[in-house]
Amino acid sequence: MSDQLERFDVIVAGAGPAGMSAAYLLAKEGLNVIVVERGDFPGSKNVMGGVLYRQPTEQIIPGFWREAPLERHVVETQAWVLTEKAAFKAAHRHEAFAQEPYNSFTVLRARFDKWMAQQVRAAGALIVPETVVEEPIMEGDKVVGVRTGRPDGDLYADVVIAADGVNSLLAQKAGLRKKEIPKNEAALAVKEVIALPREVIEDRFQVSGDQGVTIELYAEATWGMVGTGFIYTNKDSLSVGCGVLISELVERGITPNDLLEHMKAHPAVAPLLEGGETREYLAHLIPEGGLYGMPKLSTHGMLVVGDAAMLVNSMHREGSNLAMTSGKFAAQAVLRAKEWNDFSAESLSYYDQLIRDSFIYKDLYKYRNMSRFFETHPEFFSLYPDLLNEACREMLTVDGVSKRAKQRKIFWDALRKRMPWRMALDFYGAWRSIA
Amino acid sequence: MKKLTLEQKLFLNGFRPDQESHLRIIDQEKCKQCELRQCTYVCPVNTYRWENGQITVFFEGCLECGCCRIACQDCQNLEWRYPRGGYGVNYRTG
Repeated sequence: MSDQLERFDVIVAGAGPAGMSAAYLLAKEGLNVIVVERGDFPGSKNVMGGVLYRQPTEQIIPGFWREAPLERHVVETQAWVLTEKAAFKAAHRHEAFAQEPYNSFTVLRARFDKWMAQQVRAAGALIVPETVVEEPIMEGDKVVGVRTGRPDGDLYADVVIAADGVNSLLAQKAGLRKKEIPKNEAALAVKEVIALPREVIEDRFQVSGDQGVTIELYAEATWGMVGTGFIYTNKDSLSVGCGVLISELVERGITPNDLLEHMKAHPAVAPLLEGGETREYLAHLIPEGGLYGMPKLSTHGMLVVGDAAMLVNSMHREGSNLAMTSGKFAAQAVLRAKEWNDFSAESLSYYDQLIRDSFIYKDLYKYRNMSRFFETHPEFFSLYPDLLNEACREMLTVDGVSKRAKQRKIFWDALRKRMPWRMALDFYGAWRSIA
Repeated sequence: MKKLTLEQKLFLNGFRPDQESHLRIIDQEKCKQCELRQCTYVCPVNTYRWENGQITVFFEGCLECGCCRIACQDCQNLEWRYPRGGYGVNYRTG
Protein backbone atom coordinates (compact mmCIF):
# COMPACT_ATOMS: atom_id res chain seq x y z
CA MET A 1 0.00 0.00 0.00
CA SER A 2 1.45 3.31 -0.99
CA ASP A 3 1.70 6.24 1.40
CA GLN A 4 -1.20 8.32 0.19
CA LEU A 5 -3.50 5.34 0.66
CA GLU A 6 -2.79 4.97 4.36
CA ARG A 7 -5.14 7.69 5.58
CA PHE A 8 -8.90 7.33 5.13
CA ASP A 9 -12.10 8.84 6.37
CA VAL A 10 -13.33 5.45 7.47
CA ILE A 11 -11.83 1.98 7.91
CA VAL A 12 -14.30 -0.88 7.91
CA ALA A 13 -12.89 -4.08 9.37
CA GLY A 14 -14.73 -7.03 7.85
CA ALA A 15 -16.77 -7.44 4.68
CA GLY A 16 -19.92 -8.98 6.07
CA PRO A 17 -23.41 -7.52 5.81
CA ALA A 18 -22.89 -5.00 8.64
CA GLY A 19 -19.55 -3.69 7.42
CA MET A 20 -20.50 -3.59 3.76
CA SER A 21 -23.76 -1.77 4.53
CA ALA A 22 -21.85 0.95 6.35
CA ALA A 23 -19.16 1.09 3.66
CA TYR A 24 -21.70 1.31 0.84
CA LEU A 25 -23.66 4.17 2.39
CA LEU A 26 -20.54 6.11 3.36
CA ALA A 27 -18.86 5.68 -0.02
CA LYS A 28 -22.06 6.87 -1.70
CA GLU A 29 -21.78 10.07 0.30
CA GLY A 30 -18.31 10.58 -1.08
CA LEU A 31 -16.26 9.54 1.92
CA ASN A 32 -12.93 7.86 1.45
CA VAL A 33 -13.66 4.34 2.70
CA ILE A 34 -11.47 1.24 2.91
CA VAL A 35 -12.87 -2.20 3.72
CA VAL A 36 -10.33 -4.70 5.01
CA GLU A 37 -11.36 -8.33 4.59
CA ARG A 38 -9.37 -11.39 5.62
CA GLY A 39 -10.90 -13.77 3.04
CA ASP A 40 -9.84 -14.24 -0.57
CA PHE A 41 -12.98 -12.35 -1.52
CA PRO A 42 -15.84 -10.91 0.53
CA GLY A 43 -18.02 -13.89 1.37
CA SER A 44 -15.36 -16.57 1.36
CA LYS A 45 -15.25 -16.67 5.18
CA ASN A 46 -18.88 -15.77 5.80
CA VAL A 47 -21.48 -18.20 7.08
CA MET A 48 -25.06 -17.90 8.18
CA GLY A 49 -28.10 -20.15 8.28
CA GLY A 50 -29.27 -18.49 5.15
CA VAL A 51 -32.24 -16.10 5.47
CA LEU A 52 -31.93 -12.53 4.23
CA TYR A 53 -34.73 -10.02 4.75
CA ARG A 54 -35.78 -7.69 1.97
CA GLN A 55 -36.89 -4.56 3.80
CA PRO A 56 -33.70 -3.95 5.81
CA THR A 57 -31.56 -4.85 2.80
CA GLU A 58 -33.45 -2.35 0.64
CA GLN A 59 -32.60 0.32 3.20
CA ILE A 60 -29.06 -0.14 1.96
CA ILE A 61 -29.45 -1.09 -1.71
CA PRO A 62 -32.94 -0.35 -3.05
CA GLY A 63 -34.18 -2.93 -5.54
CA PHE A 64 -31.29 -5.31 -4.76
CA TRP A 65 -33.56 -8.32 -5.15
CA ARG A 66 -33.96 -7.78 -8.86
CA GLU A 67 -30.24 -8.28 -9.47
CA ALA A 68 -28.57 -9.97 -6.51
CA PRO A 69 -27.78 -13.70 -6.55
CA LEU A 70 -30.58 -14.92 -4.28
CA GLU A 71 -31.74 -18.49 -3.88
CA ARG A 72 -35.50 -18.62 -3.19
CA HIS A 73 -38.06 -16.25 -1.72
CA VAL A 74 -39.59 -17.74 1.40
CA VAL A 75 -43.31 -18.40 1.13
CA GLU A 76 -43.64 -20.93 3.90
CA THR A 77 -42.20 -21.06 7.41
CA GLN A 78 -42.34 -24.26 9.40
CA ALA A 79 -41.49 -25.18 12.98
CA TRP A 80 -41.05 -28.81 14.01
CA VAL A 81 -40.91 -30.15 17.53
CA LEU A 82 -39.04 -33.43 17.40
CA THR A 83 -38.75 -36.37 19.72
CA GLU A 84 -36.71 -39.43 18.98
CA LYS A 85 -39.35 -41.02 16.78
CA ALA A 86 -41.91 -38.30 16.20
CA ALA A 87 -42.40 -34.80 14.87
CA PHE A 88 -45.07 -32.24 15.64
CA LYS A 89 -45.13 -29.81 12.73
CA ALA A 90 -46.56 -26.32 12.44
CA ALA A 91 -46.49 -24.43 9.16
CA HIS A 92 -47.55 -21.07 7.85
CA ARG A 93 -47.84 -20.12 4.19
CA HIS A 94 -49.16 -16.84 2.86
CA GLU A 95 -49.80 -15.83 -0.71
CA ALA A 96 -48.50 -12.35 0.16
CA PHE A 97 -45.03 -13.80 0.60
CA ALA A 98 -45.16 -15.12 -2.97
CA GLN A 99 -45.69 -11.61 -4.37
CA GLU A 100 -43.01 -9.14 -5.32
CA PRO A 101 -41.12 -7.50 -3.71
CA TYR A 102 -41.19 -10.51 -1.29
CA ASN A 103 -40.42 -10.61 2.41
CA SER A 104 -37.31 -12.72 2.74
CA PHE A 105 -34.95 -14.86 0.72
CA THR A 106 -32.66 -17.78 1.24
CA VAL A 107 -29.11 -16.92 0.20
CA LEU A 108 -25.69 -18.48 0.02
CA ARG A 109 -23.44 -15.93 1.59
CA ALA A 110 -20.33 -16.57 -0.46
CA ARG A 111 -22.34 -15.61 -3.54
CA PHE A 112 -24.46 -12.83 -2.10
CA ASP A 113 -21.63 -11.10 -0.25
CA LYS A 114 -19.45 -11.21 -3.34
CA TRP A 115 -22.19 -9.42 -5.24
CA MET A 116 -22.67 -6.91 -2.46
CA ALA A 117 -18.95 -6.20 -2.48
CA GLN A 118 -19.22 -5.30 -6.16
CA GLN A 119 -21.85 -2.71 -5.27
CA VAL A 120 -19.67 -1.37 -2.48
CA ARG A 121 -16.77 -1.04 -4.90
CA ALA A 122 -18.96 0.62 -7.51
CA ALA A 123 -20.03 3.11 -4.84
CA GLY A 124 -16.39 4.10 -4.53
CA ALA A 125 -15.02 2.18 -1.54
CA LEU A 126 -11.72 0.38 -1.69
CA ILE A 127 -11.94 -3.30 -0.67
CA VAL A 128 -8.71 -4.97 0.32
CA PRO A 129 -9.04 -8.76 0.62
CA GLU A 130 -6.62 -11.32 2.07
CA THR A 131 -5.83 -8.96 4.92
CA VAL A 132 -6.43 -9.60 8.60
CA VAL A 133 -7.12 -6.69 10.92
CA GLU A 134 -5.12 -7.55 14.02
CA GLU A 135 -5.68 -4.72 16.46
CA PRO A 136 -6.74 -1.14 16.81
CA ILE A 137 -4.07 1.54 16.84
CA MET A 138 -4.71 3.60 19.95
CA GLU A 139 -3.61 7.03 21.05
CA GLY A 140 -4.55 7.09 24.69
CA ASP A 141 -8.14 5.96 24.71
CA LYS A 142 -8.73 7.08 21.14
CA VAL A 143 -8.86 4.66 18.23
CA VAL A 144 -6.98 6.21 15.34
CA GLY A 145 -6.51 3.29 12.99
CA VAL A 146 -5.88 -0.43 12.65
CA ARG A 147 -2.86 -2.66 12.38
CA THR A 148 -3.23 -5.24 9.64
CA GLY A 149 -1.29 -8.42 9.03
CA ARG A 150 0.47 -6.94 6.01
CA PRO A 151 3.99 -5.60 6.26
CA ASP A 152 3.76 -1.83 6.80
CA GLY A 153 0.05 -2.42 6.98
CA ASP A 154 -0.95 0.27 9.45
CA LEU A 155 -4.01 2.21 8.34
CA TYR A 156 -5.32 5.44 9.81
CA ALA A 157 -8.77 7.01 9.71
CA ASP A 158 -11.14 9.30 11.57
CA VAL A 159 -13.34 6.34 12.38
CA VAL A 160 -12.90 2.58 12.49
CA ILE A 161 -16.04 0.49 12.10
CA ALA A 162 -15.50 -2.86 13.80
CA ALA A 163 -17.47 -5.29 11.66
CA ASP A 164 -15.12 -8.16 12.40
CA GLY A 165 -17.75 -10.62 13.51
CA VAL A 166 -18.59 -12.53 16.63
CA ASN A 167 -14.92 -13.03 17.58
CA SER A 168 -14.35 -9.26 17.34
CA LEU A 169 -10.76 -8.75 18.38
CA LEU A 170 -11.16 -5.04 17.73
CA ALA A 171 -13.97 -4.57 20.23
CA GLN A 172 -12.01 -6.54 22.78
CA LYS A 173 -8.66 -4.88 22.25
CA ALA A 174 -10.18 -1.41 22.19
CA GLY A 175 -11.65 -2.20 25.60
CA LEU A 176 -15.29 -2.16 24.51
CA ARG A 177 -15.72 -5.80 25.47
CA LYS A 178 -14.25 -6.36 28.90
CA LYS A 179 -14.47 -10.12 29.14
CA GLU A 180 -14.44 -13.14 26.88
CA ILE A 181 -17.84 -14.24 25.62
CA PRO A 182 -19.16 -16.73 28.20
CA LYS A 183 -19.92 -20.25 26.97
CA ASN A 184 -23.64 -19.76 27.40
CA GLU A 185 -23.63 -16.59 25.32
CA ALA A 186 -22.49 -18.12 22.05
CA ALA A 187 -23.92 -20.96 20.01
CA LEU A 188 -21.86 -23.10 17.72
CA ALA A 189 -23.68 -23.79 14.47
CA VAL A 190 -22.64 -26.36 11.90
CA LYS A 191 -24.20 -26.60 8.49
CA GLU A 192 -24.06 -28.67 5.35
CA VAL A 193 -25.04 -27.48 1.93
CA ILE A 194 -26.64 -30.51 0.33
CA ALA A 195 -27.19 -30.59 -3.42
CA LEU A 196 -30.50 -31.85 -4.81
CA PRO A 197 -32.08 -31.32 -8.22
CA ARG A 198 -34.44 -28.34 -8.44
CA GLU A 199 -37.47 -30.47 -9.32
CA VAL A 200 -36.87 -32.73 -6.33
CA ILE A 201 -36.77 -29.74 -3.99
CA GLU A 202 -39.93 -28.29 -5.54
CA ASP A 203 -41.74 -31.64 -5.20
CA ARG A 204 -40.61 -32.35 -1.67
CA PHE A 205 -41.31 -28.90 -0.32
CA GLN A 206 -44.38 -28.24 -2.46
CA VAL A 207 -43.19 -25.05 -4.04
CA SER A 208 -42.83 -23.87 -7.60
CA GLY A 209 -40.42 -21.60 -9.43
CA ASP A 210 -38.22 -19.71 -7.01
CA GLN A 211 -40.46 -20.17 -3.99
CA GLY A 212 -38.83 -21.56 -0.90
CA VAL A 213 -39.48 -22.97 2.54
CA THR A 214 -37.71 -22.64 5.87
CA ILE A 215 -38.01 -25.18 8.66
CA GLU A 216 -36.78 -24.64 12.22
CA LEU A 217 -36.43 -27.80 14.27
CA TYR A 218 -36.47 -28.06 18.04
CA ALA A 219 -35.86 -30.44 20.92
CA GLU A 220 -34.53 -33.80 19.67
CA ALA A 221 -33.08 -31.94 16.67
CA THR A 222 -30.44 -30.67 19.08
CA TRP A 223 -30.48 -33.74 21.33
CA GLY A 224 -32.51 -31.76 23.85
CA MET A 225 -29.89 -29.02 24.15
CA VAL A 226 -30.74 -25.31 24.01
CA GLY A 227 -30.59 -24.49 20.33
CA THR A 228 -32.32 -25.08 17.02
CA GLY A 229 -31.91 -26.99 13.83
CA PHE A 230 -32.83 -25.67 10.41
CA ILE A 231 -33.53 -26.76 6.86
CA TYR A 232 -33.68 -24.01 4.24
CA THR A 233 -34.36 -24.53 0.56
CA ASN A 234 -31.96 -23.04 -1.96
CA LYS A 235 -32.34 -23.25 -5.73
CA ASP A 236 -30.65 -26.60 -6.15
CA SER A 237 -29.48 -27.36 -2.63
CA LEU A 238 -30.61 -27.39 0.97
CA SER A 239 -28.90 -25.61 3.86
CA VAL A 240 -29.15 -28.05 6.76
CA GLY A 241 -27.69 -27.29 10.13
CA CYS A 242 -28.05 -26.92 13.85
CA GLY A 243 -26.70 -24.64 16.52
CA VAL A 244 -26.49 -25.07 20.30
CA LEU A 245 -24.95 -23.11 23.14
CA ILE A 246 -21.29 -24.00 23.67
CA SER A 247 -22.03 -24.49 27.37
CA GLU A 248 -24.45 -27.28 26.41
CA LEU A 249 -21.95 -29.01 24.13
CA VAL A 250 -19.35 -28.83 26.87
CA GLU A 251 -21.66 -30.19 29.51
CA ARG A 252 -22.99 -33.03 27.40
CA GLY A 253 -19.68 -33.88 25.80
CA ILE A 254 -21.16 -33.83 22.32
CA THR A 255 -19.29 -33.25 19.07
CA PRO A 256 -21.00 -30.84 16.65
CA ASN A 257 -20.68 -33.11 13.62
CA ASP A 258 -22.32 -35.98 15.52
CA LEU A 259 -25.13 -33.64 16.47
CA LEU A 260 -25.73 -32.68 12.85
CA GLU A 261 -25.66 -36.32 11.71
CA HIS A 262 -28.11 -37.16 14.49
CA MET A 263 -30.55 -34.55 13.19
CA LYS A 264 -30.10 -35.59 9.57
CA ALA A 265 -30.92 -39.18 10.49
CA HIS A 266 -34.21 -38.33 12.21
CA PRO A 267 -37.10 -40.24 10.57
CA ALA A 268 -38.89 -36.97 9.73
CA VAL A 269 -35.77 -35.28 8.37
CA ALA A 270 -34.00 -38.03 6.44
CA PRO A 271 -36.67 -38.32 3.69
CA LEU A 272 -36.22 -34.63 2.83
CA LEU A 273 -32.50 -35.14 2.31
CA GLU A 274 -32.70 -38.49 0.51
CA GLY A 275 -30.48 -38.66 -2.56
CA GLY A 276 -28.74 -35.42 -1.62
CA GLU A 277 -25.01 -34.91 -1.89
CA THR A 278 -23.10 -32.83 0.61
CA ARG A 279 -21.20 -30.03 -1.12
CA GLU A 280 -19.71 -28.14 1.80
CA TYR A 281 -19.41 -28.36 5.59
CA LEU A 282 -19.43 -25.09 7.50
CA ALA A 283 -19.20 -23.82 11.06
CA HIS A 284 -19.89 -20.49 12.67
CA LEU A 285 -20.44 -18.97 16.09
CA ILE A 286 -23.69 -17.17 16.72
CA PRO A 287 -23.71 -14.48 19.38
CA GLU A 288 -26.51 -15.34 21.81
CA GLY A 289 -25.72 -12.92 24.61
CA GLY A 290 -28.53 -10.63 23.52
CA LEU A 291 -29.02 -7.42 25.42
CA TYR A 292 -26.82 -8.43 28.36
CA GLY A 293 -24.02 -9.62 26.09
CA MET A 294 -23.74 -6.42 24.09
CA PRO A 295 -20.35 -4.72 24.34
CA LYS A 296 -20.06 -0.95 24.56
CA LEU A 297 -21.09 0.13 21.06
CA SER A 298 -18.89 3.15 20.52
CA THR A 299 -15.83 4.98 21.73
CA HIS A 300 -13.63 7.73 20.41
CA GLY A 301 -12.94 6.83 16.79
CA MET A 302 -14.71 3.46 16.75
CA LEU A 303 -18.14 1.91 16.30
CA VAL A 304 -19.06 -1.76 16.70
CA VAL A 305 -21.68 -3.27 14.36
CA GLY A 306 -23.39 -6.57 13.56
CA ASP A 307 -22.21 -9.81 15.18
CA ALA A 308 -19.28 -7.97 16.74
CA ALA A 309 -21.88 -6.08 18.77
CA MET A 310 -23.85 -9.30 19.48
CA LEU A 311 -26.80 -8.05 17.48
CA VAL A 312 -28.73 -11.29 16.97
CA ASN A 313 -32.35 -12.00 17.77
CA SER A 314 -32.26 -15.76 18.13
CA MET A 315 -35.95 -16.07 18.94
CA HIS A 316 -36.76 -15.01 15.38
CA ARG A 317 -33.54 -16.25 13.79
CA GLU A 318 -32.78 -12.67 12.74
CA GLY A 319 -29.21 -11.52 12.38
CA SER A 320 -28.39 -10.21 8.92
CA ASN A 321 -31.12 -7.58 9.23
CA LEU A 322 -29.82 -6.36 12.58
CA ALA A 323 -26.32 -6.34 11.09
CA MET A 324 -27.32 -4.28 8.06
CA THR A 325 -29.42 -1.87 10.08
CA SER A 326 -26.58 -1.34 12.54
CA GLY A 327 -24.29 -0.70 9.55
CA LYS A 328 -26.75 1.92 8.33
CA PHE A 329 -26.85 3.59 11.76
CA ALA A 330 -23.06 3.55 11.94
CA ALA A 331 -22.93 5.31 8.58
CA GLN A 332 -25.40 7.93 9.81
CA ALA A 333 -23.37 8.54 12.96
CA VAL A 334 -20.15 8.86 10.97
CA LEU A 335 -21.70 11.33 8.52
CA ARG A 336 -22.92 13.46 11.40
CA ALA A 337 -19.53 13.32 13.08
CA LYS A 338 -17.87 14.24 9.79
CA GLU A 339 -20.13 17.22 9.38
CA TRP A 340 -19.12 18.56 12.79
CA ASN A 341 -15.58 17.25 12.46
CA ASP A 342 -15.99 15.66 15.87
CA PHE A 343 -15.15 11.97 16.27
CA SER A 344 -15.18 11.93 20.03
CA ALA A 345 -16.91 9.24 22.05
CA GLU A 346 -19.68 11.69 22.77
CA SER A 347 -20.26 12.57 19.12
CA LEU A 348 -20.22 8.94 18.00
CA SER A 349 -22.57 7.91 20.80
CA TYR A 350 -25.25 9.12 18.40
CA TYR A 351 -24.90 5.58 17.03
CA ASP A 352 -25.87 4.10 20.42
CA GLN A 353 -28.87 6.36 20.43
CA LEU A 354 -29.97 5.26 16.95
CA ILE A 355 -29.67 1.61 18.01
CA ARG A 356 -31.57 2.27 21.23
CA ASP A 357 -34.45 3.99 19.45
CA SER A 358 -34.79 1.22 16.86
CA PHE A 359 -36.29 -2.24 16.71
CA ILE A 360 -32.82 -3.66 17.39
CA TYR A 361 -32.71 -2.57 21.01
CA LYS A 362 -36.43 -3.02 21.50
CA ASP A 363 -36.37 -6.62 20.28
CA LEU A 364 -33.21 -7.52 22.19
CA TYR A 365 -34.82 -5.98 25.27
CA LYS A 366 -38.01 -7.96 24.74
CA TYR A 367 -36.11 -11.26 24.63
CA ARG A 368 -33.40 -10.31 27.10
CA ASN A 369 -34.26 -13.13 29.52
CA MET A 370 -35.22 -15.79 27.01
CA SER A 371 -31.91 -17.57 26.55
CA ARG A 372 -31.31 -17.76 30.30
CA PHE A 373 -34.83 -19.03 30.89
CA PHE A 374 -34.58 -21.91 28.44
CA GLU A 375 -31.11 -22.76 29.64
CA THR A 376 -32.50 -23.31 33.13
CA HIS A 377 -35.64 -25.10 31.88
CA PRO A 378 -34.47 -28.10 29.84
CA GLU A 379 -38.01 -29.51 30.09
CA PHE A 380 -38.90 -27.44 27.03
CA PHE A 381 -36.39 -29.39 24.96
CA SER A 382 -37.24 -32.89 26.18
CA LEU A 383 -40.20 -33.42 28.53
CA TYR A 384 -42.76 -31.13 26.89
CA PRO A 385 -41.96 -32.13 23.31
CA ASP A 386 -42.34 -35.72 24.45
CA LEU A 387 -45.69 -35.12 26.15
CA LEU A 388 -46.95 -33.26 23.08
CA ASN A 389 -45.97 -35.95 20.60
CA GLU A 390 -47.18 -38.80 22.82
CA ALA A 391 -50.51 -37.05 23.39
CA CYS A 392 -50.97 -36.78 19.63
CA ARG A 393 -50.02 -40.40 19.17
CA GLU A 394 -52.50 -41.51 21.83
CA MET A 395 -55.39 -39.55 20.37
CA LEU A 396 -54.62 -40.68 16.83
CA THR A 397 -54.21 -44.35 17.68
CA VAL A 398 -57.48 -46.19 17.10
CA ASP A 399 -57.52 -49.15 19.45
CA GLY A 400 -61.00 -49.48 20.94
CA VAL A 401 -60.20 -47.25 23.92
CA SER A 402 -62.63 -44.36 24.39
CA LYS A 403 -61.41 -40.85 23.73
CA ARG A 404 -62.24 -39.79 27.28
CA ALA A 405 -60.14 -42.64 28.67
CA LYS A 406 -57.32 -41.57 26.36
CA GLN A 407 -57.53 -38.00 27.58
CA ARG A 408 -57.38 -39.24 31.16
CA LYS A 409 -54.34 -41.33 30.36
CA ILE A 410 -52.58 -38.36 28.73
CA PHE A 411 -53.46 -36.19 31.72
CA TRP A 412 -52.16 -38.65 34.32
CA ASP A 413 -49.05 -39.45 32.31
CA ALA A 414 -48.23 -35.77 32.26
CA LEU A 415 -48.91 -35.36 35.96
CA ARG A 416 -46.63 -38.24 36.81
CA LYS A 417 -43.80 -36.51 35.01
CA ARG A 418 -44.30 -32.97 36.28
CA MET A 419 -46.50 -31.51 39.00
CA PRO A 420 -49.25 -29.25 37.67
CA TRP A 421 -48.03 -26.22 39.60
CA ARG A 422 -44.55 -26.76 38.14
CA MET A 423 -46.03 -26.90 34.67
CA ALA A 424 -48.01 -23.76 35.29
CA LEU A 425 -44.84 -22.03 36.47
CA ASP A 426 -42.86 -23.34 33.48
CA PHE A 427 -45.32 -22.01 30.94
CA TYR A 428 -45.87 -18.76 32.77
CA GLY A 429 -42.10 -18.29 32.88
CA ALA A 430 -41.71 -19.15 29.21
CA TRP A 431 -44.44 -16.72 28.29
CA ARG A 432 -42.90 -14.01 30.46
CA SER A 433 -39.49 -14.52 28.85
CA ILE A 434 -40.80 -13.91 25.34
CA ALA A 435 -43.83 -11.69 25.89
CA MET B 1 -28.43 -39.97 1.92
CA LYS B 2 -24.96 -41.39 2.20
CA LYS B 3 -23.32 -40.67 5.53
CA LEU B 4 -19.90 -39.09 5.24
CA THR B 5 -17.20 -39.10 7.85
CA LEU B 6 -15.87 -35.79 9.10
CA GLU B 7 -12.68 -36.34 7.10
CA GLN B 8 -14.69 -36.89 3.92
CA LYS B 9 -16.66 -33.72 4.57
CA LEU B 10 -13.49 -31.71 4.99
CA PHE B 11 -12.30 -32.94 1.61
CA LEU B 12 -15.28 -31.10 0.11
CA ASN B 13 -14.18 -27.74 1.49
CA GLY B 14 -11.65 -25.47 -0.15
CA PHE B 15 -8.61 -24.81 2.04
CA ARG B 16 -5.35 -23.01 1.60
CA PRO B 17 -3.38 -24.08 4.66
CA ASP B 18 -0.50 -21.96 5.89
CA GLN B 19 2.87 -23.50 6.74
CA GLU B 20 2.50 -22.73 10.40
CA SER B 21 -0.45 -23.11 12.72
CA HIS B 22 -2.45 -20.01 13.62
CA LEU B 23 -3.53 -21.83 16.81
CA ARG B 24 -1.03 -22.47 19.55
CA ILE B 25 -1.26 -24.25 22.86
CA ILE B 26 0.60 -22.03 25.31
CA ASP B 27 1.53 -24.65 27.88
CA GLN B 28 1.07 -28.40 27.28
CA GLU B 29 1.54 -29.02 31.00
CA LYS B 30 -1.72 -27.19 31.66
CA CYS B 31 -3.52 -29.50 29.21
CA LYS B 32 -2.29 -32.50 31.19
CA GLN B 33 -4.03 -31.08 34.25
CA CYS B 34 -7.13 -30.07 32.29
CA GLU B 35 -10.08 -32.16 33.38
CA LEU B 36 -12.51 -31.92 30.47
CA ARG B 37 -10.23 -31.04 27.54
CA GLN B 38 -13.26 -29.43 25.91
CA CYS B 39 -11.28 -28.51 22.83
CA THR B 40 -11.05 -32.20 21.92
CA TYR B 41 -14.80 -32.49 21.38
CA VAL B 42 -16.45 -29.08 20.91
CA CYS B 43 -14.45 -28.26 17.79
CA PRO B 44 -16.61 -28.95 14.70
CA VAL B 45 -13.65 -30.37 12.79
CA ASN B 46 -11.75 -32.17 15.55
CA THR B 47 -8.74 -29.87 15.36
CA TYR B 48 -7.47 -30.73 18.82
CA ARG B 49 -6.57 -34.34 19.60
CA TRP B 50 -5.19 -35.83 22.75
CA GLU B 51 -2.30 -37.98 21.54
CA ASN B 52 0.60 -39.40 23.51
CA GLY B 53 -0.06 -37.26 26.53
CA GLN B 54 -0.37 -33.96 24.72
CA ILE B 55 -2.70 -31.93 22.54
CA THR B 56 -1.88 -32.03 18.84
CA VAL B 57 -3.36 -29.21 16.75
CA PHE B 58 -4.54 -30.18 13.25
CA PHE B 59 -5.03 -26.59 12.15
CA GLU B 60 -5.28 -27.38 8.43
CA GLY B 61 -9.00 -28.15 8.60
CA CYS B 62 -9.90 -25.28 10.92
CA LEU B 63 -13.14 -23.49 9.98
CA GLU B 64 -12.13 -20.41 11.99
CA CYS B 65 -15.30 -20.32 14.07
CA GLY B 66 -13.67 -19.47 17.41
CA CYS B 67 -15.40 -22.14 19.47
CA CYS B 68 -12.11 -23.39 20.94
CA ARG B 69 -11.22 -19.91 22.08
CA ILE B 70 -14.41 -19.71 24.12
CA ALA B 71 -14.08 -23.28 25.37
CA CYS B 72 -10.50 -22.74 26.58
CA GLN B 73 -11.19 -19.47 28.37
CA ASP B 74 -11.08 -21.07 31.83
CA CYS B 75 -7.46 -22.11 31.28
CA GLN B 76 -6.47 -19.23 28.96
CA ASN B 77 -4.10 -21.71 27.41
CA LEU B 78 -4.81 -21.12 23.74
CA GLU B 79 -3.25 -18.43 21.62
CA TRP B 80 -6.06 -17.90 19.15
CA ARG B 81 -5.90 -15.88 15.99
CA TYR B 82 -7.20 -16.00 12.46
CA PRO B 83 -4.97 -17.51 9.76
CA ARG B 84 -2.91 -14.98 7.86
CA GLY B 85 -4.73 -13.11 5.10
CA GLY B 86 -5.55 -15.35 2.16
CA TYR B 87 -5.02 -18.59 4.09
CA GLY B 88 -7.45 -20.99 5.70
CA VAL B 89 -10.91 -22.05 4.62
CA ASN B 90 -12.47 -20.73 1.42
CA TYR B 91 -16.20 -21.24 1.33
CA ARG B 92 -17.91 -21.53 -2.02
CA THR B 93 -21.47 -21.46 -0.68
CA GLY B 94 -21.34 -19.86 2.76
